[in-house]
Amino acid sequence: MFTFTMRRLLLAIPTLLFIALVIFLLLELSPGDPMSDMPLTIPPEVRQQMRLALGLGEAWYIRFYKWLYLFSVVEPSHVLANMTGYDWLRVEGQRILSFQTRSPVADIIAQRLPQTLWVVGLSYLFGILVAVPIGIYSAYRQYSWFDQAGTFVSMVGFSLPTFFTGPLLILICSICVGWFPIISDTTLVVDSWANFLKQLRQMAMPVFVLTLYNAAQITRFMRASMLDNLTQDYVRTARAKGMTERIVVLVHVLRNSLIPVVTVIALGIPTIFTGAIITEQVFRVNGLGALLIGAIYGSDIPMVLTLSVVFAILIVLFNLIADILYAVLDPRIRYD
Amino acid sequence: MKRTMALFGAATALAMMPLAAHAERGASGHLNIIYWQAPSILNPYLSGGTKDVESSSLVLEPLARYNQNGELVAWLAESIPTVENGGVAEDLTSITWTLREGLLWSDGTPVTSADVAFSAEYCMHPEGGCAQAARYQDVESVEIVDERTVTVHFSVPKPVPYGPFVTAQSPIIQRAQFENCTGARAPECTDANFYPIGTGAFRVVDFRPNDVISFEANQNYRDPALPHFATITFKGGGDAASAGRAVMETGEMDYAWNLQLAPDVIATMAQGGRGVPISAFGTLVERIEVNMTDPSPDLPPEIRSTRAAPHPVLSDIRVREALSRAIDRELLVEVGYGQAGRPSCNLVPAPPIFRSDANDNCLEQDLDRARALLDEAGWVVGADGIRVRDGRRLTIDYMTSTNAVRQDFQALIQQWWREIGVEANLRNINASVFFGGDPGSPDTFQKFYADVSMYANNFPGTDPEAYLGAYRCGFEPRPETQWQGENINRFCDPAYDALHLQLAQTASIEERGRIGRELNDILMQNYIIIPLVDRGRLSAHSNTLGGVVLNTWDSELWNVAEWHRL
Repeated sequence: MFTFTMRRLLLAIPTLLFIALVIFLLLELSPGDPMSDMPLTIPPEVRQQMRLALGLGEAWYIRFYKWLYLFSVVEPSHVLANMTGYDWLRVEGQRILSFQTRSPVADIIAQRLPQTLWVVGLSYLFGILVAVPIGIYSAYRQYSWFDQAGTFVSMVGFSLPTFFTGPLLILICSICVGWFPIISDTTLVVDSWANFLKQLRQMAMPVFVLTLYNAAQITRFMRASMLDNLTQDYVRTARAKGMTERIVVLVHVLRNSLIPVVTVIALGIPTIFTGAIITEQVFRVNGLGALLIGAIYGSDIPMVLTLSVVFAILIVLFNLIADILYAVLDPRIRYD
Repeated sequence: MKRTMALFGAATALAMMPLAAHAERGASGHLNIIYWQAPSILNPYLSGGTKDVESSSLVLEPLARYNQNGELVAWLAESIPTVENGGVAEDLTSITWTLREGLLWSDGTPVTSADVAFSAEYCMHPEGGCAQAARYQDVESVEIVDERTVTVHFSVPKPVPYGPFVTAQSPIIQRAQFENCTGARAPECTDANFYPIGTGAFRVVDFRPNDVISFEANQNYRDPALPHFATITFKGGGDAASAGRAVMETGEMDYAWNLQLAPDVIATMAQGGRGVPISAFGTLVERIEVNMTDPSPDLPPEIRSTRAAPHPVLSDIRVREALSRAIDRELLVEVGYGQAGRPSCNLVPAPPIFRSDANDNCLEQDLDRARALLDEAGWVVGADGIRVRDGRRLTIDYMTSTNAVRQDFQALIQQWWREIGVEANLRNINASVFFGGDPGSPDTFQKFYADVSMYANNFPGTDPEAYLGAYRCGFEPRPETQWQGENINRFCDPAYDALHLQLAQTASIEERGRIGRELNDILMQNYIIIPLVDRGRLSAHSNTLGGVVLNTWDSELWNVAEWHRL
């Protein structure tokens, strides 16, 4: 197992380098210009000066090398220093600066991360909490009215995109009834019950929309996996031994059915970080998804590149974790 | 009699009461502003984006700015220097500004002429990439005369010397804060760029780039009774529709900026009853630019869309005029802009002194005249209703940026042109590519690989000299200039250039107005540019917010100190 993990980790390095290069080249080749946001009243010579000041005058491989150095050496040192509190860890000098804000990319990501984790992470958690019991019961009572209703809801969650359910919810809950605000106040500090309630109210709609979406997917997996196991011989054996239905379903079947579901959940965790781009946009939750979209529109190359590569790292990492979890949960699987 | 007087006195006292209630700084409490484009940085010298310039205008102020009528008013300066009061030299090569007495930065230190001179030095640094460098064009030096006085020396006579330190685009920044941030180091000063120290009514408490800014009243503001609001939350991001909704329908926000929405959408929102849309006009004109050169893909890249290849069809003024005559501008306004637009027949729609009335015949759609012009030019209606001449169909490639209103306009204009026998191929391109100016992209408005293109442009301030100067020979984008340049139409007329030179040497405002109108008329009567709509600014404020004066000549937040809760 250890050698397997090490081999995979080492293999991840060239993979990530390749991903970074491809993203960089894609951005390089794509049309668009960081100056396109500027009003037309700014003359072309001034625009050219501004481009040079952003470092766009250099050849692409020099810029890529510079970014790679900053990303792999300077930025991690700052992140480490911030986490541990040891200032001597910092590598001095230039950092990866966003074209739009002219400030270090890592600082902005750190600022946005909590909002995404709260909204998207919470909805993922809720999604799992809702989906697993529904999946179990739907499978146990296959084709009952509960199963039919569960299938209906998850089909709705599957088929209705968040850019439809989001505005629909805003229309119903904010404009007609006035329960929830449509703009989330990102400066809110939860220091009292009143503010906590406010936080709950502004998170309610985005969390609901995303929970519906996440739960829909996980329910289907859970149900299918339970159905596979319920017909197995060991279930009959367990029942023949005289075990109660409760133990048969919740101990024997559930544990075996969870193996594929856990992998699916682990593989889905990076999407918590990448944020729900559309939902964040609809509800003005200024998280990482909104940050990425804004940066793409503004041709903010350093920001897009850094975010994409961070996401790539997360995806590679959680793929590995899913593989390891698989082996841990299922003793039949051995990688060595 | 005495009793009447006493009653009168009481009545006056009552009438004065609401004012008295506001006479204290911060008495109006909290203000929520929403800009659907989120500010990225609070230093207008490092970003020309309107969102950044306007949000920083709450903190940073210029020496003088334009009011809602486009008139120059002294802001940090004592008065506006002119030739009459001796502030501008007779030979127009220098201007002397004097700061108001007793000005303080929000950190309590005095504002001096050194700060003013430094602001110019900061922007004029060759490696700084200053977005407002055009405002400091031709500045030779900024001389510190005494504690409160500076003289700006220009290398050429400047009939309009109000570039440096005027409007929200070139404010005064604090020398002590930005001293180590000039040139290549400018972007490294994140703290200074996010938390500038200013003289404005508010100071930054918390800045979250591309998200939200918290402001509080500047305790050192020059008027002890202002600002009325104690704190501001400046929210950014999202889209114009939900910003408008937040002000007019749900009432969560007090002020929403620049709501570029369809008129019926605005009208529906206004029925929400919590806020009102307001509009004002500036110099922004939505227009169709006509390509005077041949964009045919069959040409080699070094002469395609350059003056080496004149346009085979549009070089004929009759065709250009016909295209303009066929358009119903009233209907365009109604469909696209409502109260935030009016038909325009001029490139320079304002200020009044520069507004020509020689071209007003464009207001009326005249399809017959358009058809007659095309007949005269030898284009004969073919079997499918499209005109043909020498085997060539009258087909026009019509390009614009992706934007709902522009696509509506394209469809309408395509229809009208079809009625006169002109076929239009529509194309729309993502705005960040279209306006991006990437010389490698074939789809930029500068490269103009189309016959006509539609977008809007305006000029800063109230003087169109530089704006009209764009249409001189030699300013066209071409391969040698990496496709940079402002003469998008590739128009070239020596008489126009000569007249523009005359404008550059004229100081009298009446005379400038006359020449400016004449230059505008040359462009209009040659149908080089087909103006469509004079686009105003439409914003919305809550019913409980008072003191808003919409200003299109400067930052919309120019008089935020006087905004108050009703």
